[in-house]
Amino acid sequence: MSTAPAAVAAPAKSSGGFTGKAANYLDERTSISGAVKEFGRKIFPDHWSFLLGEVALYSFVVILLSGTFLTFFFDAAMTHTTYEGSYAPMNGVHMSAAMASTLDISFDIRGGLLMRQVHHWAALLFVASIGLHMLRVFFTGAFRKPREINWVIGFVLFILAMAEGFTGYSLPDDLLSGNGLRIIDGMIKSFPLVGTWISFLLFGGEFPGEDIVGRLYSLHIMILPAMVILFIALHLVFLIVHKHTQYPGPGRTEQNVVGFPILPVYAAKAGGFFFIVFGVIMATATFFQINPIWNYGPYDPSPVSAGTQPDWYIGFADGMLRLAPPHLEFVWLDRTWSFGILLPVIILGLFIVTVLIYPFIEAWVTGDKREHHLLDRPRNAPTRTAIGAAGVTFYAVMWAAASSDLIATHFRVTMEGVIHTLQALLFLGPVIAYFVTKRICLGLQKKDREIALHGYETGRIVRLPGGEYIEVHEQVSDYERWELVSYKDQAPIMLRPNAQGKITGSMRLRAAMSRWFFEDRIAPVTQTELDKSHGDDHH
Amino acid sequence: MSRKTSSPAAGKSRRTGRRSPAAAAALIAVGLLFTGGAYAAVSATTANAQPAPAAVSQSNVEEGKKLFQANCATCHGLNAQGSPDGPSLIGVGAASVDFQVGTGRMPMQGHGPQAQKKPVQFTQDQINQLAVYVGSTGPGPSIPDAKYLDADGDAANGAELFRINCAMCHNVAGAGGALTEGKFAPSLVGVTPAHIYEAMITGPQNMPVFNDMNISPEGKRDIITALKYQEKVGNPGGIGLGSLGPVAEGLFIWIFGLGAVVALTVWITAKSN
Amino acid sequence: MAQDANSGKDLAAANSSSHDLVPEDSGTGVVSPDAVKNPGHPEHRKRVTDLDPKKEKQAERTVFVLFFLSAVGSLWAVAAYMMFPIDGQMELVRSNNLFIGLGATLALMALGIGAVHWGKAIMADHESVDERHPVRGTDETRARAIEIFEEANEESGFGRRALIRNSLIGALVVFPLPAVALFRGLAPYDEDPVELLQHTMWKKGTRLARDPSGVPIKASDVTLGSAFHVIPEDLNTAKDVLNEKAKAIVLLMRLKPEDLNELPERKNWSYNGIVAYSKVCTHVGCPVALYEQQTHHLLCPCHQSQFDVANHATVIFGPAARPLPQLPIEVDDEGYLVAQSDFTEPVGPSFWERH
Repeated sequence: MSTAPAAVAAPAKSSGGFTGKAANYLDERTSISGAVKEFGRKIFPDHWSFLLGEVALYSFVVILLSGTFLTFFFDAAMTHTTYEGSYAPMNGVHMSAAMASTLDISFDIRGGLLMRQVHHWAALLFVASIGLHMLRVFFTGAFRKPREINWVIGFVLFILAMAEGFTGYSLPDDLLSGNGLRIIDGMIKSFPLVGTWISFLLFGGEFPGEDIVGRLYSLHIMILPAMVILFIALHLVFLIVHKHTQYPGPGRTEQNVVGFPILPVYAAKAGGFFFIVFGVIMATATFFQINPIWNYGPYDPSPVSAGTQPDWYIGFADGMLRLAPPHLEFVWLDRTWSFGILLPVIILGLFIVTVLIYPFIEAWVTGDKREHHLLDRPRNAPTRTAIGAAGVTFYAVMWAAASSDLIATHFRVTMEGVIHTLQALLFLGPVIAYFVTKRICLGLQKKDREIALHGYETGRIVRLPGGEYIEVHEQVSDYERWELVSYKDQAPIMLRPNAQGKITGSMRLRAAMSRWFFEDRIAPVTQTELDKSHGDDHH
Repeated sequence: MSRKTSSPAAGKSRRTGRRSPAAAAALIAVGLLFTGGAYAAVSATTANAQPAPAAVSQSNVEEGKKLFQANCATCHGLNAQGSPDGPSLIGVGAASVDFQVGTGRMPMQGHGPQAQKKPVQFTQDQINQLAVYVGSTGPGPSIPDAKYLDADGDAANGAELFRINCAMCHNVAGAGGALTEGKFAPSLVGVTPAHIYEAMITGPQNMPVFNDMNISPEGKRDIITALKYQEKVGNPGGIGLGSLGPVAEGLFIWIFGLGAVVALTVWITAKSN
Repeated sequence: MAQDANSGKDLAAANSSSHDLVPEDSGTGVVSPDAVKNPGHPEHRKRVTDLDPKKEKQAERTVFVLFFLSAVGSLWAVAAYMMFPIDGQMELVRSNNLFIGLGATLALMALGIGAVHWGKAIMADHESVDERHPVRGTDETRARAIEIFEEANEESGFGRRALIRNSLIGALVVFPLPAVALFRGLAPYDEDPVELLQHTMWKKGTRLARDPSGVPIKASDVTLGSAFHVIPEDLNTAKDVLNEKAKAIVLLMRLKPEDLNELPERKNWSYNGIVAYSKVCTHVGCPVALYEQQTHHLLCPCHQSQFDVANHATVIFGPAARPLPQLPIEVDDEGYLVAQSDFTEPVGPSFWERH
């Protein structure tokens, strides 16, 4: 770091011996002591939910390691070849070199199947852990100032991870992924004006052509991973600049961060955790099969398998396509407008953009320019939590729709019934989730307030000398109480004319949003209330 | 998820004598794992009974007719001519009877989207007699020759035919799939070669007919070979999660993969005793 | 980060040292003067390993055993690599996968759990405190940054010399265009996608053949309730087999003629109840091949669009908008089914220039 003076003396431990000499040698050439001084004892707060981002990072490292192994054997070409490997039901079958080499990795290279499974399971875990990490960040309000940009960076990583996943899923050129590409091709073709040409250029001519696997491979192993690494680096730089958020608790303030130093405790835990995540992935790959391309067979435009689905992270998009009602296509201006595809794409786009810009919306509504380093407990931001629950429900309905056929067979219902139910739930589900969640949050806040003021109910009923029955309450400690009362409260804004004496449309909108957000609020317990309630208890 | 993953966490809480949240999660994970493993093991077992085609003797026809009139005539008519409750069986052939009765689909239990597979109601001898009788009412597909049922054909050809003609309904791994209005294509795992063959030539219920001009008897033999090879080899990569593809894999990683990892994060950040 | 030099203060010292930040607009945030006061850091609780040397020793031993097991696991994986070859036998793939994986799992899990256990139970577990500082630079830094920009602006004349500045911006906007143009080369120059999408291989007299063998089909082969997966007879000798196949695949079905409700202009497109429809879904292009011979419904397994074959393949459910295109067929002198012509409309998913 620039602040480390170059002339700093050799590290303290340079008292001699090999370690000291090596350290000295290194520092004289790299100024590393400055970095150690700067970061060595940097504090990280300890909470399980703060490790979710690490899970994503570590699964990405596992993906890089296993993926590199796979590149040594994989042949990203659609050249026609005849399979002559160990798997009898494919013997003599015409397929692309990509498919044949994937079969060879699976059945003719020792440990190859294991590495393929590690790579694929790690990819699923990668996207899943990003999703869970985003949920944690959202529901605790960690995206608030100064971290809005880091939310955007993280969001871009989520999109990149999905792109990585989809390109990888398509590489073996098997029947499942080929039909996935067929769907992508159909979607692209529906786009007004450019669709036909984009599809034509992407596939190097007509679908399926002989280029797409090689092209996706370039994206999958060069451009996309480079971008993922770049954005991870940015994400982590901002993590260091902002320092980590922390949950509210005794002794924790907006001006400090309480936790363990990087060296040694955090290094041991985080380092160990890398191996644990790797271990979980390895165990999964050891015991559970994933993407058995030998069952699917090589891509051929004629066959298709029942239960053709994308990997889970693309499911929401596939599900949205399934939920579109029929006949949404018309010809206008002598051009085809296929809204059966465009409408789902637009809805998905709006959903994604809303998630992306949510921090800015909330910042605009509250007008809060303070830095926020203490997290909200979800219940203490009822409207945000309810919005989040509505969003999760919306996503979940789309996701469930991607398995409508499997829901139908497994629960012995009709697929038409499943689709119709999910179509209704797409609109009703988020509304229900919103109101239920908001009520639950407010209820929990009220309960917290009760406990902070009067303590826990002990269930012990005592009869007072006057004949009155009371339940004895046990007071909470100051530390426990602090966790219940130390949240930041927001009030709805009053609509007041601006300097010119006018009320603009955007002011009205903001006031309306503010009312929506903060009308129902439970204010934190104040010192006066606390003193008063204690006075009552001691009478 | 695996035993490996969770046991150290569980072991640790035992050692320290305090129940950590990770221990409970790990316990659930291990429990579910064993359940899943046992389920997979059970569902992998297959039954392979081969029917012996009954000789077309007059006595068999007579016996079959008696059985038919006692058990099937209510719906299909006294002379298999059909009734408002059931289709005519004249000309459906012996193969159809062997399939429908041999898999327990007939006699039908009740009206639903389609007849379901259930425990077989007759002995193989009785089924043969029924088949001979129905076969005698009109020309139709007969019970296949054993030489096409030995599952010793060309698996590669069979797999390709299967993908093109069958996989869209029955799934590439034969796991089955959904059809319209509550109907479904059943799983082919554990179905006997004879029943697979008979289904192809008779087209039970909504399944299309694949006559010998469409897929030759040798082709059908190859399909059976490919299916039986798949069953024999099993899942080289481990537990197959029902061969249901990405949906099962996605649910697995969210519930067990991420579940295990979250349980471990709780352990990592819990304060040591 | 320049202000980060005070990392890792002990809790006792930190309790008193929260310093105020620049007061900022709290917006709708309520700042209550009557808020409950932060009680400060709770007391540190010692672990059993801090109190009991025996427990500490035990923890140390556990960590050692775990690290030892990890090494055993790694070696086991190497041994398994050698002891469980595949040698072309499918049955051995599973054990190869399982035993290498088991070793690697043990190696990784034991290593990770050992390190974490070391960190949790043995390393000092005093929590410490870092102070935070506003993310924004200090006023001094910001003033200097502005000054630098102003100096640079002055020295370069970026603000003043509007002509060259604007021409620079213009040049920068245009400069990526060659890269965009280069991408035209992704697809063949002499082909027009709109033209290609209008046609398939089918033409008058092309025999309908079985997929994948290419053996032609006689009308008499197609019995009632049958479904044939069909390709053009000459497909397997075509130049781009898969590209052509992707457009030309057809499903051939025979219904009772009285069940068929045909459009008047398509009366002669079928033969004795035998009809041929494109197998490419008009939604996004999956093969629509799930034929129910009693209901005459065709189902697409990808997005559940349903088509009614008895009713000229109209959409009866799902996201598809258009019926499947029908291939007009007839029978040639030798009794083989042949196409009367190509499809009369583009097959597969809709596209902008389709109409």
